[in-house]
Amino acid sequence: MPQMNMVQAINDALRIEMRRDHRVVVLGEDVGKVGGVFRVTQGLYDEFGDDRVIDTPLSEGGIIGTAIGMALYGLVPVPEIQFSDFIFPAYDQIVSELAKYRYRSGGEYPAKLVIRTPVGGGIRGGHYHSQSPEAQFIHVAGLKVVCPASPADAKGLLLASIRDPDPVLFFEPKRIYRAAKGEVPEGDFVVPLGKANVVKPGVHVTVIAWGAMLYEALEASNQAGKQGIDCEVIDLRTLWPLDIDTIIASVKKTGRVVVVHEAPKSCGLGGEIVSLINEKAFLHLEAPPKRVTGFDTPFPYTLENEYLPLAHRILPAIVETARY
Amino acid sequence: MSTSDATHLALYRQMVLIRRFEEEAARAYSQGKIGGFLHLYIGQEPIAVGAVAALQPDDYVITTYRDHGLALARGMTPRAAMAELFGKVTGCSKGLGGSMHFFDAEHHMLGGYGIVGGHIPIAAGTAFASKYREEKRVSMCFFGEGAVSIGDFHEGLSLAALWKLPIVFVCENNEYAMGTPLSRELSVEDVSTKALGYGMARDRFFADHVLTVRDRLAEAIERARELSEPTLVEIRTYRFRGHSMSDPGKYRTPEELEERKKRDAVLRSRADLEAAGMGADVEAAEKEIEDIVADAVRFAEESPEPGPGVARSDNV
Ligand SMILES: Cc1ncc(C[n+]2csc(CCOP(=O)(O)OP(=O)(O)O)c2C)c(N)n1
Repeated sequence: MPQMNMVQAINDALRIEMRRDHRVVVLGEDVGKVGGVFRVTQGLYDEFGDDRVIDTPLSEGGIIGTAIGMALYGLVPVPEIQFSDFIFPAYDQIVSELAKYRYRSGGEYPAKLVIRTPVGGGIRGGHYHSQSPEAQFIHVAGLKVVCPASPADAKGLLLASIRDPDPVLFFEPKRIYRAAKGEVPEGDFVVPLGKANVVKPGVHVTVIAWGAMLYEALEASNQAGKQGIDCEVIDLRTLWPLDIDTIIASVKKTGRVVVVHEAPKSCGLGGEIVSLINEKAFLHLEAPPKRVTGFDTPFPYTLENEYLPLAHRILPAIVETARY
Repeated sequence: MSTSDATHLALYRQMVLIRRFEEEAARAYSQGKIGGFLHLYIGQEPIAVGAVAALQPDDYVITTYRDHGLALARGMTPRAAMAELFGKVTGCSKGLGGSMHFFDAEHHMLGGYGIVGGHIPIAAGTAFASKYREEKRVSMCFFGEGAVSIGDFHEGLSLAALWKLPIVFVCENNEYAMGTPLSRELSVEDVSTKALGYGMARDRFFADHVLTVRDRLAEAIERARELSEPTLVEIRTYRFRGHSMSDPGKYRTPEELEERKKRDAVLRSRADLEAAGMGADVEAAEKEIEDIVADAVRFAEESPEPGPGVARSDNV
């Protein structure tokens, strides 16, 4: 199997699907000639031409709005929003139109498209190049939300997303775009949506993470292992719909849980996960569930390593939960 | 030295301050002392400097992430600006904002904005408040031509025209939005024509000389202050550096760049001043700027980082 980083794996998935399915088009700011600011769409313009790889002006509302229209007419658009921080000019189109299309047309128009967008901190980008807005989209019923942590998952989940009948928000953790490397199956390869991955089995504490923070959770779990605490680490991969069965099975085994995410704590996805655990596995809990998250502030330029829930903040939470 | 020569020298000095400040910032960036994104204003200096020369000190200014030039022209100390770039607590936003988010209440600078176009309706709002309070303070809002495709641009202009607000919209058209050239951004390259649909006054010229910028913007400022009417001014310019430090700029040719550098307004002012017999004053000003910028870098390096308490609320 070839070794790839996330950028190469996503590029590979787009290329495969564009060759296979003529309805697939890519659009966004500098995605064509330049190949995207992170070079994720590099080479697609040369292979597929400017009617399938479309450079747009700065116009997020226009990008997503026209992508919806294209989808209604039977195309399969994969728009890129350059950073997920810039998605909000298109929030109206996503929330008011895209998310509700299938439902309010009685299933006649599925509005099937995939919005790809880099997410999260780790490049010292400050307020508007670092945020993690996943919960703001999960709260809008009607969208699927994905966030891969490995190159293989990035490829397989993107292909699954493009083939899914629902609109999907595909968050790409920019901190590990090039840092995460791994073997990626060649050719067509699908990872089903809605299935979490138990990356490391264990019996003492369940640690739930996704995206770039998965590696921090693993690092903290390794360190906890040296203190005799055996963590089970779950990579959610699909953030919505949530694979609650995998979570509950794990919590029933360990009775202890730590959820990690970059987004601010209040009303984050961690809150929803903990609520579901309370509803479904309350009597199995041996300790209060813990969340290790970003702060309830805008994302700061400096102090990034304080704000992010890195291993040095996850480890004490694991230890406290284990010893409770 | 005549008054007008003295003024020109002062404006030249401001332009050199911005350029040398940013050249040193670029150096610090490549040494890893500044992180994230750094968008340089080099090439566009006559716009911020000419505009500030035409404004009153208590007028409001507001701009994009490419904000160092306007902040310095407006009077922010190079120390506070450099320290912000370095992420230090002595920076203008305590190091929490960085390059793209300079704020300076003392000089009525309402900040640099990371979301393209987001600040345009906000500027209409400050203009509204000025009119409401009968203060005759003008708002001046700067943005690139890239912002013209964003909805907020149109909503901001529409309201400003409808409500006859004392504002000047300044489009710094440097012909590229990141890697996309003007010809692939807009169906009509003359941005100033967007004013027509809103019944708004407009102007359009090249930023070849800082005094031209000052005098042409003065007309729009007067229209805002005396008649409470908005103007859209498109100023054609060119950035000599990449979009940000991480942009290798492969979408334009070295020949194009060299050609445009021949129109550098900083060199133009320098030549004019020398021809007017002020070579010694020019050199003295340049020497002084070297010291000011070196001092700003030293100050930024020696300043402390903010403690975690600055960034954090207590919900952990
Ligand atoms: C809403 C939004 N979309 C995209 C971006 C990313 N972005 C930052 S600057 C830029 C190009 C802006 O070009 P222009 O307005 O011409 O200003 P210039 O950078 O040339 O000064 C883009 C696409 C952003 N910051 N905000």
